[in-house]
Amino acid sequence: MQTVNTQTLIERASALLQDGTVSAVLGWKRGEFDYDMTPAVFTTAEELAAGFVYNDFCGANLSKYLLKKTREIQGKILVFLKPCDTYSFNQLLTEHRIHRENAYVIGVPCSGMADIHSIRKITGEGIARVELTEGGLLVHTLYDDAPVAVSYEDAMADRCKTCKSKKHVAYDELLGEEGDVLDSHRFDEVAKLEAMTPDERFAFWQGELSRCIRCNACRDVCPACTCEKCVFDNPDSGVENKAPGGDFEEKMFHIIRAFHVAGRCTDCGECSRVCPQDIPLHLLNRKFISDINKTYGEYQAGETADQRPPLVNFTQNDPEPSDVVKGGHDHA
Amino acid sequence: MSELNQEYKPLIVAFCCNWCSYAGADLAGSNRLAYPADVKIIRVPCSCRVNPMFILRAFQRGADGVILCGCHPGDCHYTTGNYYTRRRMSMLFSMLDYLGIERERTRVEWVSAAEGAKFASTMNDFAKKVASLGPNKRLEDLRCKP
Repeated sequence: MQTVNTQTLIERASALLQDGTVSAVLGWKRGEFDYDMTPAVFTTAEELAAGFVYNDFCGANLSKYLLKKTREIQGKILVFLKPCDTYSFNQLLTEHRIHRENAYVIGVPCSGMADIHSIRKITGEGIARVELTEGGLLVHTLYDDAPVAVSYEDAMADRCKTCKSKKHVAYDELLGEEGDVLDSHRFDEVAKLEAMTPDERFAFWQGELSRCIRCNACRDVCPACTCEKCVFDNPDSGVENKAPGGDFEEKMFHIIRAFHVAGRCTDCGECSRVCPQDIPLHLLNRKFISDINKTYGEYQAGETADQRPPLVNFTQNDPEPSDVVKGGHDHA
Repeated sequence: MSELNQEYKPLIVAFCCNWCSYAGADLAGSNRLAYPADVKIIRVPCSCRVNPMFILRAFQRGADGVILCGCHPGDCHYTTGNYYTRRRMSMLFSMLDYLGIERERTRVEWVSAAEGAKFASTMNDFAKKVASLGPNKRLEDLRCKP
């Protein structure tokens, strides 16, 4: 359960709209299902009252939407950002993709977001309705007579179970109290994979990635993927087929996708959230982050808005590629 | 078919920087140093020109090994290009390893224009290594099969 309610956010947003500080509000509204909260733009207090929502399904990171909206809309845009979203916001500022003066950031606290993939693993398919109650979620499915109770902890997205920070790194005002950077153990799963034999790793990724249907949702949602023209839109990219072949094509797509954001990825986990095939894509990005941390020093993209990303940087004494296996520990 | 034709020969793609390694390959030729004919050289303006996609694409289209040669760190014709290459390739090779793909199929080697002998020995060594790994299966794309 989130600690701030929808009403508090609506009141603050309406006030800022009314006094002219901002001309539009970037928030969430209900989509087709109870668990499908989708990003939306609101321009009046009436619209806010009618549609604005903030609950446990507002996992969407709104920072990327600023890219387009700040170009379309005159004046400041009010955007609600959760702690991990503020890292993406800073990264966009670093890359000069958005201007700070065009956004009015309200930091909202987040106690971890629920994820439909996690819930499905408990209740099965056919989720018709989800009620958010004090004690947990009540999930009504087509095939069960009584609703299934799921705790907030069990419903939480994998990315939130290993939350890296409750601290907002950029904001104009904060609702609730300032949080801390957490010791998240988020690289444990990467380490587990690294400890496997090459054959086991190959089998693992073959199983996961051969489900990829190249819907490009991971690219579209990624706040670091902001190119106007994308290599994956090229019909001759070599990875353009939609039917999985169960071979290298899917792996190539995902290596390139992760590589293009390596050193810039803030590990917000949006790629895994939107994946319709439930592929743990964040484990690829995390591998790059873990390698960079071990080889070139600790680096958290988006921590401040003026860092130089490690892959567009160098030192004269960097290790040779042959010495960097599994993050620079073993030698080939 | 003769026995000779049935022997497995690896296909190796070598990206060579125009200013050092390509000249190194030239020198190896002028000095009559032998290196395997299975090595196909692609000349690039700088090792830094090589996008990770070039390497993956070579594999996708049937290469058994890909080697990237550039100027020694500090000697780049464009001052700093190979420093970036070094970081990028470190990350890419480590990722291939993470996916369970034999990382011995990829290599980065610094070869200057004066090192014809190093070029030949590097290529001989790499071709031997790749031949010992056998045909590349994990990096091949079924749609690109002839």
